Amino acid sequence: MRQCAGARVCDELMSADKPEGKPQPATKSPPAMAATAWEDELTRQLKQHFGSQISEFSTYLGQQFLVASPEAVIPILEHLKQEAGFDYLVDVTAVDYPDRPERFELVYILYSFARNHRIRIKTRIAEGVRPRTAVGVYPTANWLEREVFDMFGIEFEGHPDMRRILLPEDWSGHPLRKDTSILAMDNRWVKEHLGIESGQ
Amino acid sequence: MPETTYLDATELVLNMGPQHPSTHGVLRVILKLDGEKVIGTECVIGYLHRGVEKIAENRTYAQFVPYVDRMDYVAAVSNGLGYCLAVEKLLGVEAPPRAQAVRVILTELNRIASHLIWLGTHALDVGAITPLFYCMREREEILNIFERYCGARLTTHAFRIGGLQYETYDGFERDVRAFCDMFLPKVDEYEDLLTGNRIWVARLKNIGILTADECKAYGVTGPLLRAAGVRWDLRKAQPYSGYDQYEFEIPTGVNGDSYDRYLVRIQEMRQSVRIIRQALDGLPGGPIMGKVPKVIKPPVGEVYLSIEAPKGELGYYIVSDGSTQPYRVRVRPPSFVNLQALDRMCRGALVADVVVVIGTIDIVLGEVDR
Repeated sequence: MRQCAGARVCDELMSADKPEGKPQPATKSPPAMAATAWEDELTRQLKQHFGSQISEFSTYLGQQFLVASPEAVIPILEHLKQEAGFDYLVDVTAVDYPDRPERFELVYILYSFARNHRIRIKTRIAEGVRPRTAVGVYPTANWLEREVFDMFGIEFEGHPDMRRILLPEDWSGHPLRKDTSILAMDNRWVKEHLGIESGQ
Repeated sequence: MPETTYLDATELVLNMGPQHPSTHGVLRVILKLDGEKVIGTECVIGYLHRGVEKIAENRTYAQFVPYVDRMDYVAAVSNGLGYCLAVEKLLGVEAPPRAQAVRVILTELNRIASHLIWLGTHALDVGAITPLFYCMREREEILNIFERYCGARLTTHAFRIGGLQYETYDGFERDVRAFCDMFLPKVDEYEDLLTGNRIWVARLKNIGILTADECKAYGVTGPLLRAAGVRWDLRKAQPYSGYDQYEFEIPTGVNGDSYDRYLVRIQEMRQSVRIIRQALDGLPGGPIMGKVPKVIKPPVGEVYLSIEAPKGELGYYIVSDGSTQPYRVRVRPPSFVNLQALDRMCRGALVADVVVVIGTIDIVLGEVDR
């Protein structure tokens, strides 16, 4: 992305302000969290059904999550909805780790009214991979996946309406990717629309 | 000769908003009509998008607190509570009992203020002007309490990570009690104006119906879900900030229509007063700030924490990389998710009902667009 000299200076100034000269978050992924294993009736059931497609069952701060391979996500969601009562898809979102080979982590948060229990399904996908949509299982995924597409550029296969939702249709780039900088976006916008240097 | 004329055209596309007074901000709805009947809608949103999730990644944990107030600016205190609780969970600290009780009081006052804005504007949309003046009058009292407590009326920045910045002012308890005593008869007044009002009932009954199953499928929460008969409230289901100490009911409806949602929200205001009174009665002394390090650096990890905001489940998914800035903050906004069900609720209804349905969802565009 084009970035003018002023923005670079500003970026440097901002990073100098930060305590301990922390490196820019743009390229740094967090190390692993200190999660512990999650094991109960549900995980046994899932292991039986999906075997090696689920690579991790963990719990952190009392919250359970599992990591699955991308192609297993929709079958797992279907299974959890039909067999385990997870009838409410709370959220679909993503996290960008640009220095990992599988750059994006997709996160599905599920809740079961009957169990009063919330779990997260995570999967890791590389740039350009098109995961299957969850709209067929949970209609609420429609807008949530559109927002993920808008912010991260992850296209969902089979989505009925894969367009931007919050940003204008002619917007270029996907702002929540770590390599998109606020200052660069601002400078570009000011330059394009006002024809002056933003001075930021 | 043209193949179709306006006379035999069966479909009409009508644009509503973003500057339409009853879209509560800058919501644009494209309506596909057959005569007066709605056969499809499409929401165009994002006019208020400010990218708060991106901003969060460029601020420290504490610096981001004021930003969350600007999402649902009608219920800023709830936004702040959710975010502070999430960061506290990541840090492993808990606010002291006094801070928790004051948080409950302010959050419930804010719930009432939010419901009052909803009631006033919803009634205004339907054609009843008086409730708006009544609601604004009572809301003013709540905003005055906020102003005396923290200096701001709307974007309050009332809470800090770990507790509260300010001790309550002299006369806080007196003011809140006076408000509670004054407010309950006013709720009866609103009900006198609306509950049995023939026009109100005719405009709201059987409009915008969502069944319990549809609510769950669309992820719809809050008063809409409760009006469909599901007794589910995060304050009871997964209590936070000491809500398990208070006795209150979860009002529910039967039909899941706009009228039931109105009744549910009216009841919720009464329940909020009940919670506030209990919190005042048992208001503990002691510190107002937990043991939070000067520089907030949560360990590497992630957390999803949600609270019952006035509009539904408000969640924060925060990923920490162990530095002073969050690696990712995701806000799960209730208005955004609830708005998605607009299409389901409007199909087959009349154009005039679309106004009712938008009002009954109780959206705040600042939160939809973030």
